[in-house]
Amino acid sequence: MAEAAESPGDPGTASPRPLVSLGSATKGTEGEARVPPKEVRGRARDLRDLLLIHLLSCLVGDLWGPLILCVTLALMLQRGSADSEKDGGPQFAEVFVIVWFGAVTITLNSKLLGGNISFFQSLCVLGYCILPLTVAMLICRLVLLAKPGPVNFMVRLIVVIAMFAWSIVASTAFLADSQPPNRKALAVYPVFLFYFVISWMILTFTP
Amino acid sequence: MAAVDDLQFEEFGGTATSLAANPDATTISIEDPHETPKHQPGPLRGSGREEDDELLGNDDSDKTELLAGQKKSSPFWTFEYYQTFFDVDTYQVFDRIKGSLLPIPGKNFVRLYIRSNPDLYGPFWICATLVFAIAISGNLSNFLIHLGEKTYHYVPEFRKVSIAATIIYAYAWLVPLALWGFLMWRNSKVMNIVSYSFLEIVCVYGYSLFIYIPTAILWIIPQKAVRWILVMIALGISGSVLAMTFWPAVREDNRRIALATIVTIVLLHMLLSVGCLAYFFDAPEMDHLPTTTATPNQTVAAAKSS
Repeated sequence: MAEAAESPGDPGTASPRPLVSLGSATKGTEGEARVPPKEVRGRARDLRDLLLIHLLSCLVGDLWGPLILCVTLALMLQRGSADSEKDGGPQFAEVFVIVWFGAVTITLNSKLLGGNISFFQSLCVLGYCILPLTVAMLICRLVLLAKPGPVNFMVRLIVVIAMFAWSIVASTAFLADSQPPNRKALAVYPVFLFYFVISWMILTFTP
Repeated sequence: MAAVDDLQFEEFGGTATSLAANPDATTISIEDPHETPKHQPGPLRGSGREEDDELLGNDDSDKTELLAGQKKSSPFWTFEYYQTFFDVDTYQVFDRIKGSLLPIPGKNFVRLYIRSNPDLYGPFWICATLVFAIAISGNLSNFLIHLGEKTYHYVPEFRKVSIAATIIYAYAWLVPLALWGFLMWRNSKVMNIVSYSFLEIVCVYGYSLFIYIPTAILWIIPQKAVRWILVMIALGISGSVLAMTFWPAVREDNRRIALATIVTIVLLHMLLSVGCLAYFFDAPEMDHLPTTTATPNQTVAAAKSS
């Protein structure tokens, strides 16, 4: 999959995009015996590139991936119907509306500030960057099966913070480039707020 | 004859400066000597306009207004029309936020920072941040206050986000609308020198709410005295920004109406902050409760602190 996305077999040419890391990952397969730290670094790079490949599909404005991710997240965040009266957590529809309304608002904001990214591309990027937070939600639900306590909370906190940082970095890489340099911060701040709110919902989820 | 020539010259001057304000000046014919008394308001109006410039603190206010008029010329159903309200750079937004945090006596927030370029970015995103800051801080504060209690079950209280959003956005849009309407009505009765457009008022209100974001975060501290001190500080800062912005707009009016307007503005601001504090943040009970004698002490403490 990595080779197919990259233009085949040009080790000499330097590609300007982050896809150059794909080239180095493929170069790594030359030798079978690899030093473990490099392997770990290669795996981390592969994970990031995996997300970038999906983000590439945003060039055509694909919205299926974000839709599936959003539905998954909303399903995991909602309550069972038994205790929904006295619980204060979000319902499925609320999560869904927040994610899509938030994404549309951020996209509109970016375009009003003068960015040159297309509407659906921006929605697509923001939707796909929910993936790390969906993974965090999954991990949190698993961790919550264990004994509750401060250790439980700390583990969830660290996981959510790490995934939040990943979401921000991934989406900022795309959205900040589309803005003129004197307005980058103005376009990036709403993205930060959006993922912060979603992270908060994930962290405060109690079954 | 020389007198008429002088008047002629005078009239050209009067026409040039008050052309936009009073097109009737061009229709006053110079050949009629009976018109001479009517020329007298001309120079007064001219000097009044210079005074206006000094009060505004901007020598080329006419130029900036012209430029502003040229800028916002797209019809309202196009995207470009709305883009003009987001025509700010990062440093400008930071400057405006800084201006709302440091009210300088005598300086007007609108004239100093907005300068005929009101933006909607600041008000919208400051309100959005404030909504989530209040909801999240309130939730966190309640969690910390009720932490030791056996009967307490943590709930994220997600409903409160929608309530907070309704309150904050209604305040940030309806109060400026009412104030703008009121100022326009008073403007028709008394000729005010300074008048603000609706978007400038929305802009001032939006940026004046910025101080409540750190205040809401600090309200997590479960001490009543600390919370009330924070209310006073925040109200002092943002209230003075609003008061100093709107005082020049009502100064020409009847003294009592002017004072009543300023007092109402500050009072509504206080109502917002005290209301948010009361609704989203539970009253902190006594900190060091002995956990052995649980129920009676708690009810006594709750009665004392309420």
